[in-house]
Amino acid sequence: MAKVFIYPATSLILSDLVARFGHEPLGSALSIREHVQTPGFDSPPIQMTSEDPQKGLKWAAVEVPSGIRGRMALYGPLVEEAEAAIIIDEPDLAFGCMGCARTNELLVFMLREKEMPKLELRYPASKEEGVTFVAKIKQFLKELEVKE
Amino acid sequence: MSAKEQPVRIAQITCGAEYSGIQNEITSAAETVGAKMFYPDVALKDVKRAYKDFGLPVKSPDLKLAIARAQAIVEGRIEADGIFIASCFRCAEAAIVRNELRRYIVENSKIPVVSYSFNERTGASTLLTRLEALSTIAKRRALMAREVQVGTTMGVDSGSSTTKCIIMQDNEIIGTGWRPTTDVLKSADDVVSLALTESGLKLSDIDAIGTTGYGRFLVGKHIKADLIQEELTVNSKGAVYLANAQKGFATVIDIGGMDNKAISVKDGMPGSFTMGGICAGASGRFLEMTSKRLGVDITELGALSMESEGGENVPMNSYCIVFGTQSLVNALAAGYKPADVAAAACHSVAQQVYEQQLQEVDIKEPVIMVGGSSLIQGLVRAMGRMLNTEVVVPHHAQYIGAVGGALISSGFVDKKVKEA
Repeated sequence: MAKVFIYPATSLILSDLVARFGHEPLGSALSIREHVQTPGFDSPPIQMTSEDPQKGLKWAAVEVPSGIRGRMALYGPLVEEAEAAIIIDEPDLAFGCMGCARTNELLVFMLREKEMPKLELRYPASKEEGVTFVAKIKQFLKELEVKE
Repeated sequence: MSAKEQPVRIAQITCGAEYSGIQNEITSAAETVGAKMFYPDVALKDVKRAYKDFGLPVKSPDLKLAIARAQAIVEGRIEADGIFIASCFRCAEAAIVRNELRRYIVENSKIPVVSYSFNERTGASTLLTRLEALSTIAKRRALMAREVQVGTTMGVDSGSSTTKCIIMQDNEIIGTGWRPTTDVLKSADDVVSLALTESGLKLSDIDAIGTTGYGRFLVGKHIKADLIQEELTVNSKGAVYLANAQKGFATVIDIGGMDNKAISVKDGMPGSFTMGGICAGASGRFLEMTSKRLGVDITELGALSMESEGGENVPMNSYCIVFGTQSLVNALAAGYKPADVAAAACHSVAQQVYEQQLQEVDIKEPVIMVGGSSLIQGLVRAMGRMLNTEVVVPHHAQYIGAVGGALISSGFVDKKVKEA
């Protein structure tokens, strides 16, 4: 079982696909669940506090807007933990929406930089492309099993 | 809960607030002023349509969502009493969207709107006055519509630099009091005493009292005020009243001791406003520093600055008070005349206000300058040149918050008479 970072990190479809092939999907659900379930403070809706953008300084400089640093506090540790990644370029909003374009740019760059098995695909524009899209993800995930 | 007791509903159109860890600060600031924040609900198809309709090709999905939320409110699909637009400080993409959405809402609806840029250090206290102003406009529309002062009323403005008091009777100012703010309550007591002496009245003669400024809650409780209201709405009301600009559009600029306010007013009612001052360099505090360095009293700085043509040739950057002071020292050491340096300081403050504040409100004439800094002629001249307009400084401009407090609180006189 490999830890696979999914981009967009909010994609339930990707998360489900990774889990079906026996791997652990690393995405928003995981990091936000950790925050929401942390006892001892109350900062709805996602329990982030002003300390999170400070933690984000590890991945983005102080001139970078606080929202980006806060997001990096969620995703940065997951990228470090990741053993593989699936990146979908220009996904439809319904496929998985990550709010900040600048964070997304940084995140994709970090994933591309890291030496690990990666699959980067363009979001399908037709049904036929969709079938190929799923097949490629499936093949990538199966190959991960073999490598392990 | 009756319909009247419903909290003011403020629509939150933000990008990055939750991830900056300040959502709780926004919510608690709103609750403190009797308002409730809510996210306008929109469907995915609304986001796609709004983004296309609006025509601003942004990349961040949260900003696309912000556009859809604003459109849903403007088109009446979602009801809101006020709108709070905010995004991360230093995000250029969000700053463009924030400004264009504010303009779009102001032009297409009557809903009051405030825009702001935050970072993770933004606390509830910073947001309080802004949200209180939104809440006031929605909740106290009838009180704010008052154009004439009635009875005998008092306004106390407990500001960061000075404390002011005004007593009004039958639409005339009959007593004034002014003191630098030291101990908040003592300063308030002193100015009240001065104003009562000048008017020949006793405190028991006053029908209603209004307080505003940083110390409004403390002073309001101390002198049993009928009205305790933030300075954004009170000052703008006082400004259009004194400048006789209660009908039509007006822009109010108040360069204060700690922060600056720019308010768009329509028919005496504030519409959109901005309050800030990233650094004291862009506020009246820098002019106090300048007068000290030049060895003149702050009341003489205006006359001194007018001896110069404008001081634009003197290198001066008051973006930060430390660097601004350094500029002052360098300019004097380089041999520039004190008058030119004084004018340059005025020009620099006006420039900071223009760059940081006035970009976030629509400038419509008349432009009214109020507050103690409006008595510094060089600052008024610099602002007029910057905006290419004749700036109006009404009489008693330095007492503006106190005048607004006395005017608005006279709404309680009618109520008291009825109750009696």
